[in-house]
Amino acid sequence: MIDLGALWLTIKLSLITSLILLVVGIPLAYYMAYSKSPFALILEVITTLPLVLPPTVLGFYLLILFSRNSPLGSLLENLLGLRLLFTFEGLVVASVIYSLPMMTHPLISGYRSVPKNLIEASWTLGKSKLETLIRVILPNMKSSILVGLVLSFTHTLGEFGVVLMVGGNIEGQTRVASIVIYNAVEAIDYKTAHIYSAALLLLSFFSLVALYLINRRWFL
Amino acid sequence: MIRVKVKKKLHGVKGDFWLEVDFEMGAHFVVLLGPSGSGKTTLLRSIAGLETPQEGYIEVNGSVWFDSKKGINLPPQKRQVGFVFQDYALFPNMSLLENVMYGMKIKDKGKALELLKKVRLELLKDKKPHQISGGQRQRVALVRALAREPQILLLDEPLSALDEDLRATMQEELKNFQREYAIPTLMVTHSWEEALKLADRIIRIEEGRIKEEVKPKRTPLKFIDKRLEGEEVVLTVSIEGKVWELSINKKDLLQGVSKIAPS
Repeated sequence: MIDLGALWLTIKLSLITSLILLVVGIPLAYYMAYSKSPFALILEVITTLPLVLPPTVLGFYLLILFSRNSPLGSLLENLLGLRLLFTFEGLVVASVIYSLPMMTHPLISGYRSVPKNLIEASWTLGKSKLETLIRVILPNMKSSILVGLVLSFTHTLGEFGVVLMVGGNIEGQTRVASIVIYNAVEAIDYKTAHIYSAALLLLSFFSLVALYLINRRWFL
Repeated sequence: MIRVKVKKKLHGVKGDFWLEVDFEMGAHFVVLLGPSGSGKTTLLRSIAGLETPQEGYIEVNGSVWFDSKKGINLPPQKRQVGFVFQDYALFPNMSLLENVMYGMKIKDKGKALELLKKVRLELLKDKKPHQISGGQRQRVALVRALAREPQILLLDEPLSALDEDLRATMQEELKNFQREYAIPTLMVTHSWEEALKLADRIIRIEEGRIKEEVKPKRTPLKFIDKRLEGEEVVLTVSIEGKVWELSINKKDLLQGVSKIAPS
């Protein structure tokens, strides 16, 4: 019987990551979509970097950053007792950074697709920027929010390079599905590789099917 | 009483120019008339607080909304305006009733329903904006603006998206509303015909400046009869007790009558 623990761990990691990204992404993308400051542009570039960088490069820098010898690493460990290297918590943080553009990109285009005069109408009707965001902007970009959630979920599912660098290969902690597949192929255990690969494929496929189905119903 | 003094730099097709206007108005229907790109909409948006003039002073019923000298610039949320956008800007995620209630300071469902009833839309209250016609959307946008109990009603070419027949009906409805609520109203249009029909006062703007002010005279005209003679439509009307026959070419009638010659 094949141990599916790593699969559940991967799903748990992806769920937590995409939910955190939703909370982080909504204000972050709001700023990037509407601010005219040059800093917003720089921020847009920085948050897009994980998309183009080789995951090993990102993983390498995170490894340095999370290590006990770095200022951040020692601060987190001394202050909160939080260790990010080779732990599940560290994987969550790394995945949030790795999948950030998968959330911010759909959200930014979602924000920009909401007609300006809906926002202005809300202001002239006496509503603050926050209330306008909650009651007018977000409800009118539901499909972008869903795209962001599903893309960051599926993107995290297949994460490999970053995990290998900062997570290592600890069972029940950091050994995710993609690493199990790699290990299995190395050990010529094709059965395990097949099962895990098929599981990831189906999970990604049906997440996307759900996304397209829901979006279509919203538009029709 | 409303005082508006605005100076703002605009970027036009033929280069930059200054929008520079200064006027006062009461609870009348004032129409800002001018070609597109003359600064009318910018003026309206400046009053609503959606744009900031370089210099100016805006006072509405005793409270100062904008004063560049004193550095006062209330945000749109704090200015009590009812703004009707050219494409209505109804919230697609809300029903008509929710749209009308959105801007109310005290949520009063009864009052919102009453307003919808006034524009004959109470039966459609649970519909979404995309499920109703253009004229109906226009009415919802109008009562949504009124539900906020604004100090001034700002209308940005509110009828331009409607077809001819509907526009005439809506003009009448708009005028009646303004009379009933006695609310100071500033409407932007580029149509003389519309301005003459609706305005108590017309302010004509060109390239950012006030060119002239017109007070359309309205002579009580009573309709008696109409008949067709070839290409001419002959109307029998009475003006101040005297009976006139007006003959108007059909073509002119379709384009909107510019002058009426008694026959």
